[in-house]
Amino acid sequence: MKIEIMTGNEAIARGAYEASCHLAAAYPGTPSTEILENIADNYADDINSRWASNEKTALEIAAGASIGGMRALAVMKHVGVNVAADPMFTLGMTGVEGGLVIVSADDPACHSSQNEQDNRLYAPHAKLAMVEASDSQECKDYVKAAFEISEKFDIPVLFRMTTRVCHAKSLVKLSDRQEVAVRKYEGNPRKYSMLPANARVRHAKREELLVELEEYACTSPLNRIEWGKSKKIGIVTSGISYQYARDVFGDEVSYLKLGLTYPLPSKLIQSFCEDVETIYVIEENEPYLENKVRALGFACVGKDRLPLLGELNTGIVRKALTDQPDPEVYKSEISAPPRPPVLCAGCPHRGYFNALRKRKRDIVAVGDIGCYALGINEPFNGFDISICMGSGFTVPIGLAEALKKQGDQRKVFGMLGDSTFFHSGMTGLVDVVHSNANVVLCILDNDITAMTGHQANPGTARSLTGEPARVVSIEAMVRATGIEEDRLRIVNPIDQTAMDAAIDAGIKAEGPFVIITQYPCALIKEVARTFVGKYCVIDQDKCTKCKSCLRIACPAIALKDGVIQIVDRQACTACGLCMQVCKFGAISKVGE
Amino acid sequence: MRKNILLIGVGGQGTILTSKILTAGLVELGFDVKMSEIHGMSQRGGSVTTQIRYGEKIYSPNIGEGEADIIVAFERSEALRGLPFLKQGGTIIVNEREIYPLPVMTGAIAYPDNIIENLQKTVGNVLFLEADRIATELGNIRAQNIVLLGALVAFLSLDGIDWSELVGEMVPPRAKELNQKAFAAGFDFYRAHTAKA
Repeated sequence: MKIEIMTGNEAIARGAYEASCHLAAAYPGTPSTEILENIADNYADDINSRWASNEKTALEIAAGASIGGMRALAVMKHVGVNVAADPMFTLGMTGVEGGLVIVSADDPACHSSQNEQDNRLYAPHAKLAMVEASDSQECKDYVKAAFEISEKFDIPVLFRMTTRVCHAKSLVKLSDRQEVAVRKYEGNPRKYSMLPANARVRHAKREELLVELEEYACTSPLNRIEWGKSKKIGIVTSGISYQYARDVFGDEVSYLKLGLTYPLPSKLIQSFCEDVETIYVIEENEPYLENKVRALGFACVGKDRLPLLGELNTGIVRKALTDQPDPEVYKSEISAPPRPPVLCAGCPHRGYFNALRKRKRDIVAVGDIGCYALGINEPFNGFDISICMGSGFTVPIGLAEALKKQGDQRKVFGMLGDSTFFHSGMTGLVDVVHSNANVVLCILDNDITAMTGHQANPGTARSLTGEPARVVSIEAMVRATGIEEDRLRIVNPIDQTAMDAAIDAGIKAEGPFVIITQYPCALIKEVARTFVGKYCVIDQDKCTKCKSCLRIACPAIALKDGVIQIVDRQACTACGLCMQVCKFGAISKVGE
Repeated sequence: MRKNILLIGVGGQGTILTSKILTAGLVELGFDVKMSEIHGMSQRGGSVTTQIRYGEKIYSPNIGEGEADIIVAFERSEALRGLPFLKQGGTIIVNEREIYPLPVMTGAIAYPDNIIENLQKTVGNVLFLEADRIATELGNIRAQNIVLLGALVAFLSLDGIDWSELVGEMVPPRAKELNQKAFAAGFDFYRAHTAKA
C-alpha cells in the first residue's frame, strides 16, 4: 500500500476519488481552495470538476448531480456556507440519490477570513449529517464514509474542516478507487419538488432518519473510545483539538474521539461519561460538544477554562487544564518589524487606490473581499466598510441614503473585483440601476481570482481543468442593465490621468455610475513573462527625496542607504505608476 | 524522540518548497511526520512560517512557543519573530538576507540593527549563514532556500538517504544542478562550522 504525505485538502480530493465521486463544484476560498485544484490536477479523468460563480451555485450544481444519481461534492469556506445556506437547508429535507458531501472549511482565528464562525452549528439547524476529521488520513477515509452515510441515510453530509486540518500535512495510506455506478435517474417529484405539501412529508421523514442515524453514530467506527492508563480523566473531543489533547495528556487519560458529530451519539457519550471521573471537553470556538454533554446531565470542564475565541494549540490546552509550567521562552531586546501583507509591485489596484486617495474629501468608499481589501491599510486607507462578498455594491445604496439624510455631500463609491462581481456583485448592480441610486460602482477587473491564488472565473478564458471557456463580458453585463455611455468609464487604473478623470466624472454624476478598471494581475504567469528584464530606475541627480514615490507603497521602491531606489528589480514590472507621481522626472523605464 | 523545526521567512523565499523536500526525506527515513503552514496572504509579502514535526508518533501539526529544536530564518529580522518559539538550548540558523517590510521602505520605522549580535547575546547557538550570497555565486539567488536546507539536514544528522538525489527530483529539471550544489554548500558550511566549534 502506497503512503504519501498530504495536506488535509489533498486527502479530501483523494478520498473523493477513491469514493468514486463523479462531480465536484466549488467557489475558491481559503482554506478550502486546493481541494478542487487537486481534483482537477490529479483526478480529472474520473471526477467532473468545475468552479462555480459562487457557493450557492456550486451546491446547487452538486445537488443536481446527486439528484440525477451521481456522487457529488460541493466545497466552500465557512462563510461560503452562508451563501449556500438556502439550498442547503432544503436539501436537508429532500435527501439525496447519489451521495452528497458538502465541505465547510472553517477558519478559527480568521487567518484569512472576515469572521470567525463555527459551522458545526449548521448541522443541527439544517438537519444534515456531520463528519469531522483530525488529520489527513481521516480526511481521506471519512470522505469515503461520508458518501456511504449520505446514501444509506438519504442525507447530505456536512464535512467540517478547519484551517489546521486543511493545510497541515500528514501521512496517508492510499487505496484504489472503488467504482460506484451513477444511479439511473427515475424522477421523484414528491421527494425533490419542495412545495409545502411535499415539504411537510419530507420533514417528518427526515426526523425519522435522524433517529436511525444517531443509533448508527453510537457504533460507527468514526466515533471511538480510546481507553488510556486511567479513567480519572475522560476527554471528549473532535477534529484538530484531539491532536492537541493527545500531545498534552498522552496515554494517561481516556478519550472519546468523535468523527460523526451530528447527530451526536447520546448513548455512547453517556456510557463514556459514566465510566470516567472528570470530563474535559476540548473543542475550538463554540461549546458544541460541551452543550451535549451537559444536556445529558454531566458536569464537565470546557469553555469555563478553554477559550471561545481563536484556535487552540497544545500550549493553550496545557495551560488551561494542567498545572504543568509553560516552556521557557527566549526574549530579545529588539523585536521584528511588522510585516503586513501589501499590494504587489505592478498591482493594478495600487493605481486605483492612489487616484481614489486624491479625492478623499469628496468620497466615502465601501470595499469588499479580495486583494483590493489590502487597500484599507496605510498609506491608502482606501475604504471605511467591508462586510462580505458582494456587499461592496449594495451597502453603498443604503449608506448614500443615510448620508443624504444628514446633509453629507460626499459621494459613496463601492468597489469589488471581477470574481466578486460574478459571485454576488451582479445583483447589487441591478439594485443600484433599478433604484437609481446615487452611487459610483467600481469593478476592479484584473482577469483572475487573485487573492486565493489565481483561479479562473467566468471572466477568464479557461476553466478549472484548463480547457478553453467562453468569457462572460463584464462590460456587456453592465451595459445590459441600462447603464448608458455617459455613465460608464473603462480605464487602465495605472494611467492616472484617465483614472482621475473617471473618478471625477463619477463624483459629478447624478444617479448610477460605473467604472471598470482593466489591467491584469502582475502575478499571472503569462503576464509576468512580459515584464522580464523591464524595471524602473531612479536618477539620483534629479531625485529630491520628496518621497512621493514612497507614498504609493510599492514593494519595489525603498529608502535604503540614504537614497530612494528601486530595491527589487525582479519585482518591479515597470508599470510606471511611480513615474507618474514623480514631479521631477527622476524615474524612467529600462528594458523596453 | 521528537524533533520540532520552524522555518520562517517572507513570501516568495521558497520556505514551502524547502519544507516539501525536507518532509519527503523524513518520510523516506521512516518517521511519522506532520507539517503545518498558513497560506492566504503569504504571496503578498507577509511573514510565512512552516512548522515540521517528526518522530515515532506525532499528534499536533504545530509547534508552540518554547518548543522548536531548531529555527531556520530565511530573512534576518524574521529570526526575531521566530525567537519565542525556540526551545531552551535550541539552535537558530539565520540567513543574512534583509527584505524590508513596507513600513521600513517608506521610512516610517527603521530596520533593526545588530540582529545577529542580539541573537548571539540571547541564544547560545546561532549560525549565521550567507545563503543568499552563496546561492548568487552558484548562479541564482533563488537557490538560497536549498542552501539553508543543506545546513538544516546537516544539523539534524539525517543520514541514510541520498538528499542530493531527492533535491534533484523535487526542483524544476533545469535548476537541478544548481540546487544540488546549493544543498552541498549549505551542508558543508554547517559541518565546517561545527568542526571549528
